[in-house]
This record gives sequence, structure tokens and C-alpha cells, in this order.
Amino acid sequence: MHLLAEPKLPALRLGLLRYAAVAAVVLLATGFWQLQVVRSDHYAQLAERNRIRTLPIMAPRGVIFDRHGRVLVDHYPSFSVLLVREHVQEIQDSLPVIARGLSLDPTWLEQHLEKFADAAPYQPIVLKEEASLADIAFVEAHRTDLPELELMLVYRRRYPPVGLGAHLFGYVGEATKDEIERLGVPSGTIVGKMGLERHYDQILGGQDGERRVIVDSRGKEVSKLDQKKPVPGQPVRLTIDYDLQVAAEHALEGRQGALVALDPRTGDILAFVSRPAFDPNLFALRISPEDWQALTEDPAKPLLNRVIQAQLAPGSVFKVIVAAAALEEGLFRDGSFRVYCPGWANHYGRVFRCWRPEGHGTVELHRAVVESCDVFFYQVGRWLGIERIARYAKLFGLGTRTGLELPGEKAGLVPTPEWKLRAMKEGWIESETISVAIGQGPVLVTPLQLAWAVGGIASGGLFAQPRLLLDPPEPTAHRRVPLKAETVDAITQALWGVVNEEGTGKLARLPEIDVAGKTGTAQLVGYDTLERVGRETARRFRDNAWFIALAPHRNPEIVVAVLLEHGEHGAAAAPLAREVIRAYYEKKPPAPKTEVAQASAAGAPRGD
Amino acid sequence: MVERVRYREMDWFLLGVVLLLCLLGLVEIYSTTQNHPRFASMVWRQLAWIGIGLAAMLVMARIDYHSLLEQAPWIYVATLGTLVAVFFVGTEIFGARRWIVIGGLTFQVSELAKWSIIIVLAKYLSDVRGEALSGKDLAKVAVLAGLPAVLIAAQPDLGTALTLVPVAATTVFLAGLRWKHALALLVAALLLLPAGWFVLRPYQRDRLVSFVQPGRNPQGTGYQTLQSKIAVGSGGFWGKGLGEGSQNQLGFIPVRHAEFIFAAYAEEQGFAGILLALGLYLMLLLRLLHNVESAPDRSGALLVAGVFGLLGFHLLVNVGMVIGYMPVTGIPLPLMSYGGSATISMFLMLGLVMSVRLRRYVNL
Repeated sequence: MHLLAEPKLPALRLGLLRYAAVAAVVLLATGFWQLQVVRSDHYAQLAERNRIRTLPIMAPRGVIFDRHGRVLVDHYPSFSVLLVREHVQEIQDSLPVIARGLSLDPTWLEQHLEKFADAAPYQPIVLKEEASLADIAFVEAHRTDLPELELMLVYRRRYPPVGLGAHLFGYVGEATKDEIERLGVPSGTIVGKMGLERHYDQILGGQDGERRVIVDSRGKEVSKLDQKKPVPGQPVRLTIDYDLQVAAEHALEGRQGALVALDPRTGDILAFVSRPAFDPNLFALRISPEDWQALTEDPAKPLLNRVIQAQLAPGSVFKVIVAAAALEEGLFRDGSFRVYCPGWANHYGRVFRCWRPEGHGTVELHRAVVESCDVFFYQVGRWLGIERIARYAKLFGLGTRTGLELPGEKAGLVPTPEWKLRAMKEGWIESETISVAIGQGPVLVTPLQLAWAVGGIASGGLFAQPRLLLDPPEPTAHRRVPLKAETVDAITQALWGVVNEEGTGKLARLPEIDVAGKTGTAQLVGYDTLERVGRETARRFRDNAWFIALAPHRNPEIVVAVLLEHGEHGAAAAPLAREVIRAYYEKKPPAPKTEVAQASAAGAPRGD
Repeated sequence: MVERVRYREMDWFLLGVVLLLCLLGLVEIYSTTQNHPRFASMVWRQLAWIGIGLAAMLVMARIDYHSLLEQAPWIYVATLGTLVAVFFVGTEIFGARRWIVIGGLTFQVSELAKWSIIIVLAKYLSDVRGEALSGKDLAKVAVLAGLPAVLIAAQPDLGTALTLVPVAATTVFLAGLRWKHALALLVAALLLLPAGWFVLRPYQRDRLVSFVQPGRNPQGTGYQTLQSKIAVGSGGFWGKGLGEGSQNQLGFIPVRHAEFIFAAYAEEQGFAGILLALGLYLMLLLRLLHNVESAPDRSGALLVAGVFGLLGFHLLVNVGMVIGYMPVTGIPLPLMSYGGSATISMFLMLGLVMSVRLRRYVNL
């Protein structure tokens, strides 16, 4: 060989390679230093999140009972199929299998998943609710090859059928972004959206738990880690009486309006109906866009809770308030106040008609209430003036929320000159006082307010805070308005007359039962306009009918307010109230003697 | 030229470092496969490969490398033939034809190509007389290394094809590459890089894209790099302990017994274990350079230099991939990754080194 002839390998280049080897290894070691020492905590966290899958355990919501412990709203267990994407690399491949296995529409499934494309991968996606036995079997059978599927036990709310108490109970649904922030709940939590479900969400909702399991890279559960037990929601007992609720629902069947029954001694709401209603069970599953659209675009507004959200003119029922005000102010002190009603009257240069064109003749307070003479109350209203009318109306709870435990209650409106100046930038016109005196014009009330106001006056000025929970978390406050005994006497006698004499409310009469009441007919358009467009006009121009019933007439145990939208005349609402009162007395314990004794002790004359 | 070989003269230090690395690999293969009945025999099979490799190394050490160099043209032709044959008789696994089945054993033929190209380049470059290489020499080297590289890339196995580049680069560099040529080659490579994009297959492009933007597709190719980095990072300084790494045991690390074994090792042995392993690899590399220096002649030195280039490249690309410095490729970690062909091929190359080593005092 030619060793000597061979050029030697250059030592310089060998040295360079040496440095290159050292540099390469140092570079790699630096990379490990970065990952394992500098950012170790970050990656340790990621590794934990990798191996631990957190699955929510839903807390069942509290059962809602009626005042006698009968179940109104409960829940039933069902399974939801979830998709956990966290560890799934190629979901697309298994989609057809999943769609077939769960009998889902493949195109729907793809669109559904696309909606969650930007969501955090650890957030499970609900693929199917109310999984059938076949669906559950499918998921269980594919634990190994489709570990991304999970079953979750959920509790579905079960509401009474045909929308019974729908506006009272409300409904539940998945928390929106706003609610997640406001209530501080994790996404996917079921929260109350309306009615009691919303107001008492904290009590009914409970606390969801969670289960943590160790999963492998395919998402397959390897072992259990720990679990936080869910805290079930608390049951609540309502003041509602199921029998009365059913009677009230039947009474309003097929109508548009509201009915509320309350016990003025305690403020207990005994029945609560708003019609038309919706079926809250539709919301228990995801409500379909079509159903939602139908509900929101229905001109009859089925989502409106008319008991606390319908703000309408009270019509002649308002005469009770005006009469009480005049009594307190001493207008009828000497018993000589009379008004001659020829069927119309002239006030401030305007003609105001009485509802009875031929007139009532000469009337005093009792007959004026019984026959609901408008002309009499024009005079009383003129004497009182708007300021005094407003003061008493507010004293009896109108114009402010009653504070019932339901979201969205409306306050109504008690008009005053000061209000008109503020709201309409106009001065008060004297003739408006005349309209207000018979409950027309800008005065607005809700059915609940009207029941409370009349019930409070008949109870001698005791205004018990309306309530829905039989055992409220904090004792309810009662308000006492000092009323003269003569005022209460005169009013309750007159209301008894409305039903039991030849009054406007005789359709509410019940044999053996002491029922009192007052009709109201709130015009939607003035009498003159009505004559112009003709009596047989479109339904939406027809008057709203009111009836407030009390039993017994003095210190009543039950007050029922009925609103019939487009019911023509208050007399039409009276039989509805009668049915609820009948139901109330039908189930009272058969101890008539004690009852009479109590009633007499309270100084109440019997209606027979 | 049958001589008395004194095994006493073998590079025992080098062998010791190699066996230590094999041991680290075996322990980690045991850890990654212990809970999987299907893979349970892997640690024993790897031990067998190491045994066969050691035997092959001793045989290779006995053979005077000069006689191998004389056979270089035939070795080259045979290698090209095998690489062509694999297209016709090769077994397709995962969409690539890289394996030939002989007696129930699958053998990756491109591993053999590495070994032969080292011999062929050492032979060609040692025959070049003169201090520096001419442009013509460089072109010939490019063709010699390029032909098998193209054939391997067509299997497709771009990673292994690219391993021939550092072999050529190291040997050419030591054999007298002109600096201006080096500069020109570097510039040409940079210019050709964008063109290379069009040669890549979709999955290869995917890997490159997710290497440049790992967040783009965290569930796809970037997933492997991310999971590897999570494994490494969560190991911390002291590691989670053998068999305790969640990323490893729960299967988050991809091919954790082979290409990504260093991620599993880093998770369970921590930065301390990494320093040990990287230290051993550095000693191995420096020891190889020492053998380049002490080689009896130019051809022997170039043989060892080829092995150095190959091993260094494997180390850089594989470990770089584990910590996200390099795109995901199928290049295994020498001596630690599970795999028969790669292990035996590595020992065959070490056999070349030993053969050179044993003859350093031979006076001819």
C-alpha cells in the first residue's frame, strides 16, 4: 500500500467535526433543559389534562310539590350520548359508524359537530339525548373501538301535561353565555329560564358533581380517579292547591286571559293560570327552532305570563278603589250623597256616558257599586281629584310590583299629573280624572295586583305579601293599611250585593256559599269609536272582561281575579271565578258549624 | 491476507459506551411494552438483535477492511440491485415498500445501503490523489450516493434516503472539499429547498407544515410532536420513574418503543437521565473521531468518518424530533430504538470501525 504517498486527513477539519459534535449535543441538551426544567410545570399540567377526563355528574333538580305534598314537577332519569373529542385524532373516520349506531342523520351529525369546531376540546358534545336502550347498548358494545363516546345520566324535568301551570313553573335549559357569567356555573349546566325554575334556581338547582377517570391515548377509561358527589336540588312546597289549579285551568280552557286565586290572610297563591299556555316539556329536550318560532310569533303570545305581565285598564273594578278612597275621605259620612244617572253626564265640557244608556236613576254608593253606575263614579272621582285617587290606588298596591317570586313582574301604572308631565311632556287634563274614576284612561293593572288590592280592602286593610313558597326562606312581610271599619263594611256589603242582589256579577252566585265580587269591563276603544266601527267588530277590539271574586265577603279566605281578554263584559268572567271558589269549598273540611261561628265572630253576614 | 487478529486490541471503550446505550434502550423498551401482551416479547427480541449484531460486528472486525474496499464496485451493484428488487418482491407495510422477508424475518434493505455506501465512498475518495477534491470528483460522489438515495426515497422513505447525505458530506469534507465548493453546495441546497416541496408526498408536506406551525393541527401530525414534548417536559429533572410515565404508559407517545423511545426515556428518567444518555452519545461520537485520527490509512479513516456522519445525523434528527426541533421522520435513535434491521446495521458499521481499529499498528 502507499501509506506514505497518501495525503493525511486534515487535522483542522477533524477538530471542526469534534466541535460540531459537542455543539450538536449541547444544543440538544439545551432543548431538554428548556422542556424539562424551565417549562416543566406547564408540560406536567398538560400531561395531567391528557390522562384525566372529567365527566359531569348531573344533580337532579328539586321536586316541586303543591301545598298538600302532591307532586307537580319532578324529573326522570335518561341517558345522553356524549362525544369527547379530547383524545380523538381522526373523528371523521368513525362518524358514519356513530351515525348508524345511534340512528342519527349523518349530515346533521356533521353540521352539529361543525358548530363546536371552535369550542374547547375538553368540552363534551351532546350527540343524542334521551338515548334508547339500543343506543346505550351500542355505546357499551363499542367501548374499545369508539372510546370517544360516553354515556351521561341526566335528569329531565317532567312538567304536568297540557301546559298546566306552565307560566308558574317556567322551564329549564342549558345555560347561555350570559347565564354562565352571571351565575358562575360551568358551561352545559341546566338552569331555570323562566318562572319558579328561574327564581328559585339556587334552591332547585343543586350542585352538579363530577367524576374523574384516567384514560389512555384513545380515550378509553383505564381506571377511576375520584369523584365529587352531586348535591341534589332542594324540593320546594308551593302554596298552590292542585285541585284549585286544575279547576282554574279548566275554567280558562280555550280562552285568552289569566286567573289567579290567593288567600289574602297569608298571601298564599292558590291557583295561577295564564292562557294560552305552552308546554314546558318542549323545553326539557332541546326545543326545535320551529317550535320556538311558533311560540314567539303567535299573536296570542303564549309565553306572556298574563297574571303578572298583562297590564290592562282595570275598568269598573277600579270603582272599588275609588269608593274606598271616597269613604276614607268622608264623602259619604252623612249618608246623603246621591247622584242622578240619566245615562250620561257632562264633566269639564265633555259628555261621559254610562254603560247603561237608559241610566240608573238616582243612586247611592251601594247601588252604584252593585249596578256599576259610571255616572255616580264620575261624580265621586271629580270630588276626589286625581291626586287623591292616585294616593289611594298606590296605598292599595297598584302601580308597584307585588313582589311575587317570579321574574318579569310588571308594575302597572297609576297616572298622576306629575307622571303625565314626565312621560308625555303634557299637562293633566281635568277630564282625564273622570275616565280614571271608572278605571279607564291610562291606569294599568295586572290581574295579581287587582286581586291583591281588592282582597286587601276586604280584609280590613291587611295586605299579606303574595307568595308561592309555603315555607319561605325568610318570613314574608305583611303590610297594614289603616282603614275605617265603616269603609270596609260598606265596600264588602256592596261587593256581596254585586253577586247576590240584582248586580252585574250574579253569574258568580253559589248556593250556600258567601261569594262577593266586582265586574270590570275595560274598553279598548272609546264608546264613540265603537259605535262608529259597529258592535260586531274584530275580536281584538272587543273589551277585556274582569271579575274579582271574594269568599266569604268579609275577611275573605280566597280572592280570585279573572281576566278574559276580549271577553266583552265582566259578567262573562264571573262564572270562571265561581268555578274556582266552588272547588275551594268542595274540598274544605266538612265542619260548617265552626266555620259559621268563625265567620260570625268576624262580624260577617252570611250570604243566604 | 488472513492475519491473526488480536481482539485485545479492539476499542473496548467504544464497545462499553455502545453496550451501555443498548442497555438504556432495553430498559426503556421493557418499560414501554410491559403492559402490552402483544409487544411483551420485544425486549427479548431486541436483546437477540443486539446479540446477533455483536456477533456480526466481531465477524466484520476480523475481515480486513481493505478487502472489503476492493469489493466496493460489487457491493455497490448488489446494493442497487436489492433496492430495485424491493419494488418487485418487497413487502408493503404502511404504504411503503421497504422490507424484504427472508425466512420469516423482515429486513429493511435501506439499512444495508447505508453500510455499503460508507464503503463505496471511502473507496472512491481514498483513491483520489491530491490535497483537494475537484468538481469532477464531487459530481461522481453525488452520483454514487445519489442513485441509492433516489431509490430509497422512492420506496418512499425520505428520512433514510437523507441519511446518505451526511455520510457523503462528512467523508467529502475530510477528503479535501474545497471551501468554495462547500459554499456553493450550501447555496445550491438552500435554493433547491423550495423546489423540494413539490417532490414531497402529501403526508410529508403535512409533517413539514405541522413542524413549522405545530398549533395548526393539534389532533393530526402536530399531535405527535406535541405529545412527545409533553412527555419530555412533564418528566422534569428527575423523571417520573421507570414504568411511571403517564404519557408513555397510557400511549400518548407515538411509536414509543421505536422512533420516539427517547421521549419515553425522558419522561421516566428526567433531565438527569437525558444528561447521561446524551453524554454517552457524545463520548461515542468523539471516540469515533479519535478512531478517524488513529486510522492506519486514508481509506480506514474515511470509513470511520462515514460511520461518524451517519450516527451523528441519526442522533441529531431523532432527538431533535423528540423535542420539536426537527420534523417528524421515521429515523430511529441508534442503539436505543427497537428494531432488528437498524440494530444489526449499526453493529455492522461498528464492525467496520473495529476492523480499522484492529489494524492501526499493522505494518504492511
